[in-house]
Amino acid sequence: MSRRQVAEGGPARVLLITVALTFLALFLFLPVLAVFAEALRGGVAAYWAAITDEETLAALRLTLLVVVLAVPPNVVFGLAAAWAIARFEFRGKSLLITLIDLPFAVSPVIAGMMYVLVFGAHGLLGPALLARGIHVIFATPGIVLATTFVTFPFVARELVPLMQSRGPEEEEAALVLGASPWQMFFRVTLPNLRWGLLYGVVLAAARAMGEFGAVSVVSGHIRGETNTVPLHVEVLYNEYRFSAAFSVASILVLLSFVTLGVKRLLERKAHGDRTPSADLPAAPTALPAPAPET
Amino acid sequence: MRRVLPGFGPAMGFTLGYLGLIVLLPLSMVVLRTAGIGWSHFWEVVLTTRALAAYRLSFGAALAAALINAVFGVLVAWVLVRYRFPAHRLVDALVDLPFALPTAVGGIALCTLYSSRGVLGHALSQVGIQAAFSPLGVVIALTFVGLPFVVRTVQPVLEEFDAGQEEAAATLGATRWQTFRRVILPAILPATITGATLAFARALGEYGSVVFISGNMPNRTEIAPLLIMTKLEQYDYGGATAIAVVMLVISFAMLLLVNRLQAWSGRRVST
Repeated sequence: MSRRQVAEGGPARVLLITVALTFLALFLFLPVLAVFAEALRGGVAAYWAAITDEETLAALRLTLLVVVLAVPPNVVFGLAAAWAIARFEFRGKSLLITLIDLPFAVSPVIAGMMYVLVFGAHGLLGPALLARGIHVIFATPGIVLATTFVTFPFVARELVPLMQSRGPEEEEAALVLGASPWQMFFRVTLPNLRWGLLYGVVLAAARAMGEFGAVSVVSGHIRGETNTVPLHVEVLYNEYRFSAAFSVASILVLLSFVTLGVKRLLERKAHGDRTPSADLPAAPTALPAPAPET
Repeated sequence: MRRVLPGFGPAMGFTLGYLGLIVLLPLSMVVLRTAGIGWSHFWEVVLTTRALAAYRLSFGAALAAALINAVFGVLVAWVLVRYRFPAHRLVDALVDLPFALPTAVGGIALCTLYSSRGVLGHALSQVGIQAAFSPLGVVIALTFVGLPFVVRTVQPVLEEFDAGQEEAAATLGATRWQTFRRVILPAILPATITGATLAFARALGEYGSVVFISGNMPNRTEIAPLLIMTKLEQYDYGGATAIAVVMLVISFAMLLLVNRLQAWSGRRVST
């Protein structure tokens, strides 16, 4: 062969693209199409009826409430953890970083179970709380707690490498110039972190909205009360109301498209101030590269 | 040097307090509860035929899915980095979908598609392969869940790969396949292994996407997280926590392995 080979020939190229796209079609594109095909099988009217059903709306409201309650504590935690880890030296730092990732390594079912062991009727705190009329398990607080656990690492693992990649110089300058600690935080630290912070929040919110296993354990599946959207999909599906199940599922698919779009946008925005290690899979369940020891 | 930055105390205090309350205290309850059932009863529970079948399926299917994703993940990353084709950017964006899509939605979609009444399931049943409600169904669901990991770990490495090395190999007379095997593959191998391990770790604990397509038959298509769920529904907390401890120990070992691997591949990438 006389031609120097630094790229594949046309046929090889077409073959590789075809095989790759076929793989993606079988495991990704066709399942997504199937959701919409099944959702619209009964016609547009049935679709609309399914997504405006009172139980569906109750599930949507609960899911929204859970996202709003579960994510903010993790944002505060992410900021505190990033500040401590990226700006100070202390013993056991790498252990702390590993512990922050721990929830990603725990199966969602086990995550839900842990809270049943703490707050359930036979749990550590459950009986005392129940005696005071406070229901955690099979009620909204349990769902919020389980969701807080599964979304625990998202914000922190975005912020820690981001803050490490920017030195403390700007913050030190602010303090030397007479800023109070809170002024430094709100005028220097927070603006520098904004895209990474948003990115973490988007990932956490997406996971919170879609969490199934952990919520399934603690919810008790009380319709109109403790059914989040994914649980409502499961209930409808198990009752063989397939088009209704897929109609509600299609809302979640559309929301995940929005998530992907916003994620892309933020990745582009943040590209300048993201470290190479943060470019590793920024996946809900991916584990981050250990922070470089300074 | 004197420390000028403020707030170490409160930040560290909140970090540790929150970590303890949300993660460590509930996790320690699993161990405590298991300790309560006694050593011999623990071994009885975790070594039943049904439990062993569940670990075997969870491991086997997670491993098979990770291997499928290792091979096709490299291919997809390659195609996305090296070639341009219609809807290229859309395809690139959609690869992340399993991260964003609720697992239960993925589960019912795959079940519909791969059951004997679905398009793909029907085609497979014509050649005598039962996809849904069989161990193969579990592999399919776990492949879906782990799909983005290898693509997203290998993609940046391929993007930064120095084309000069490929040209050198070609100049020295290597065929394209030889160049891939001897020059490119060694460069992307650490990232591939890291991605596949991440996919494997994720697959081990996966629940939502699997329960619908697996059929949940004890000893045959019951994964370990489902066994825990079943025991919880029967109020067998001791049994559930015992199986959970086994899974937790394995998951934590995976977490440490992944951290090691990323340190390794990170070094390899940067040099």
